[in-house]
Amino acid sequence: MNADSTLSSSGRRGLRLLGLMRKEFLQVRRDPSSIAIAFLLPLLLLLLFGYGVSLDAKHVRLALVADAPAPATADFFAAFQHSEYFLPGVYADFRHARAALDRREVSAIVRLPQDFARRVEAGTGTSVQVILDGVDANTARLLSGYIQGAASSWLQRRAAASAGASIQPIQVQARIWFNPAVRSRDYLVPGLIAVITTLIGALLTAMVVAREWDRGTLEAILATPVSVAEMLIGKIAPYYLLGMGGMLLSIAMALFLFEVPLRGSLWVLLLTGTLFLLTALGMGLLISTVARNQFVAGQVAIIVTFLPAFMLSGFLFDIHSMPTAIQGITYLVAARYFVAILHTVFLAGDVWDVIVPNAIALATMAAGFLTLAARHMPRRLG
Amino acid sequence: MTAMEYALFGLLKKEFLALLKDKKSRLVLVGPPLLQLLVFGYAASFDLNRVPVAIYNEDPGPASRELIAHFTGTQTFREVERITHQDQIAHCIDSRKALLVLHIGRDFSRDLARRRPASVQILVDGRNSNTASIALNYAQSILSDFNREWIERHRLPMPRVQLTVRAWFNPNLESRWFIVPGIVGLLTLVVTMVVTALSVAREREQGTFDQLLVTPYTPLQILIGKALPGMAIGLIEASFILVMAVYWFRIPFVGSIGALYLGMVLFLMASVGVGLMISSFAVTQQQGLLGAFLFVVPAVLLSGYATPIANMPEAVQTLTLLNPLRYFLVIVRGVMLEGLPPSSLLDQYVPMALIGLATLAVATWMFRRRLY
Repeated sequence: MNADSTLSSSGRRGLRLLGLMRKEFLQVRRDPSSIAIAFLLPLLLLLLFGYGVSLDAKHVRLALVADAPAPATADFFAAFQHSEYFLPGVYADFRHARAALDRREVSAIVRLPQDFARRVEAGTGTSVQVILDGVDANTARLLSGYIQGAASSWLQRRAAASAGASIQPIQVQARIWFNPAVRSRDYLVPGLIAVITTLIGALLTAMVVAREWDRGTLEAILATPVSVAEMLIGKIAPYYLLGMGGMLLSIAMALFLFEVPLRGSLWVLLLTGTLFLLTALGMGLLISTVARNQFVAGQVAIIVTFLPAFMLSGFLFDIHSMPTAIQGITYLVAARYFVAILHTVFLAGDVWDVIVPNAIALATMAAGFLTLAARHMPRRLG
Repeated sequence: MTAMEYALFGLLKKEFLALLKDKKSRLVLVGPPLLQLLVFGYAASFDLNRVPVAIYNEDPGPASRELIAHFTGTQTFREVERITHQDQIAHCIDSRKALLVLHIGRDFSRDLARRRPASVQILVDGRNSNTASIALNYAQSILSDFNREWIERHRLPMPRVQLTVRAWFNPNLESRWFIVPGIVGLLTLVVTMVVTALSVAREREQGTFDQLLVTPYTPLQILIGKALPGMAIGLIEASFILVMAVYWFRIPFVGSIGALYLGMVLFLMASVGVGLMISSFAVTQQQGLLGAFLFVVPAVLLSGYATPIANMPEAVQTLTLLNPLRYFLVIVRGVMLEGLPPSSLLDQYVPMALIGLATLAVATWMFRRRLY
């Protein structure tokens, strides 16, 4: 009997837990890649994404061709030259413009027909040909909208200059709420926090049990009186702290570096963030306990965490437009709930209709993954 | 077979066995990529359909009903709520019940009848600004169809300019044609990276790499032993995904297979090179995995896979020149959709070959150095 036997059983449990956590912390310190995962990854990703990735097509190269140049065609082209959306270049003929499109030097051609000037003066309708490089369909569609806009503002200017000219029967007043400037960064950066947290959480824990299997140290732990719950808490607590640190860093960067507005409250963000991080950690632990070796655990972690969070969370692609079966799958992706919360809390405010159901879903998933991980946690070497 | 070749053959056999011997590893290499292709092929699209729209119609006249029919008669929009009071608009959008609210004012029909411009208000949830602008584009094209019909029916003067828009290479502007070929590159990169990035690190952690180094194998042979299985698995998976893209997702393939496969081999060489380089620097598997992530994630984001490289700032655009996926995506899309010949893809082949040679050289050099 040693000195330990004088302690109460709850005291012993506390000591054991502390010991386990201390061991995990030491492991974190010895292999600094865990700290890199928690802090370097968010830093790098947010910088890349915030500065590098944008869906807003600006300064798109455009070929302008007039089959018969005239003052009216030059006037029409001017509508494109004074827009921040385009970098227009006037080409001598259609053949040259077409060659430029084939070489991907321009993304679209606007071609005015031979009789453009005459028909515009005469007031009879004329048609303008627009050819888009459709390979990137999304950009092409945005571009088509911009070109339509430039053409109709030219029309309105002409109509205002000559009173009594025709106008469109219906005029649209469109307003985009929450993001009137349509900055894609304002929704990409909050959504990215979910992707990053998924990565941090799952990567940190995916290896930790598998590593013990690989190195044979699991036997040593199983030989101690440590219970499954203690082992689970011992594995999760250190990585939870690291993960929250990473998330706070991401939120701070979103607010101060990228100047994304935070219209809701910070505590909602942190509370739901905790739920989400626990889900991600639980997912990683489950992968780790089931895979039993680091090689498989690492591959599974990449495949079941990062890619779904990237593609199926609504972070980039609209969930409502997916086929019904795929929409069903998105309900299994925890990031989907957190992305909805992040978009709303950052851009719209504390809308409880959105926050509460999604938070409940996250809590359920966190509990589910942690329970599963506990159940699969090895009790003996099999 | 010379003794050398025989020895190399043995090494290759060992590497393939290391990858494929246990059932879980095999499953991980084959199952998830296929599942992902199916899921992402359907999910990854910027096209919208069944956009939830709420309608607030204050106008009692017939014209507004006709306009609403234009909206609800398409696949694109789906009416989820009929609003009867101004105050309900905000709640509808805040709670994400509707993405778009169409508000028709009291005088709509009267203004139209009197040939005064009738105005329609459209409010869009801008939380996802890309979705918002696409939805708005759809709404505007429905309104301009309505305008054209109205002008023709009531013999109003035609507007002076009509745009006829045509999209080359993808006439219906289906974003799936853009995304699915991209998935070929994306999944191939992920698979080759996980196969190679952990391979040397695993042997280091288990101590078997030192044993390999004391055998008569030259570093070059060890490199070939490590690189070929990754390339072979990548090639097989990429081919399979390609077949699925063409026959399942019906993406057109107008170019030459040779041009694509030349690109694919170079792409695999470059990504295997990067993977092995990461692995040769890593001491533990966790470090290898982290390295793979630190490469794969930026490589995917900055490849032009989902967001155009042209929208990135200059400095980031320069950075993408180091990314093999960037070049392969141009090749796979160019060959499939535009039918580009190999001669016009040279500026894509060469950088990938250079990346491959440089990274493989560094990896070989690191194999040696790490022992001491």
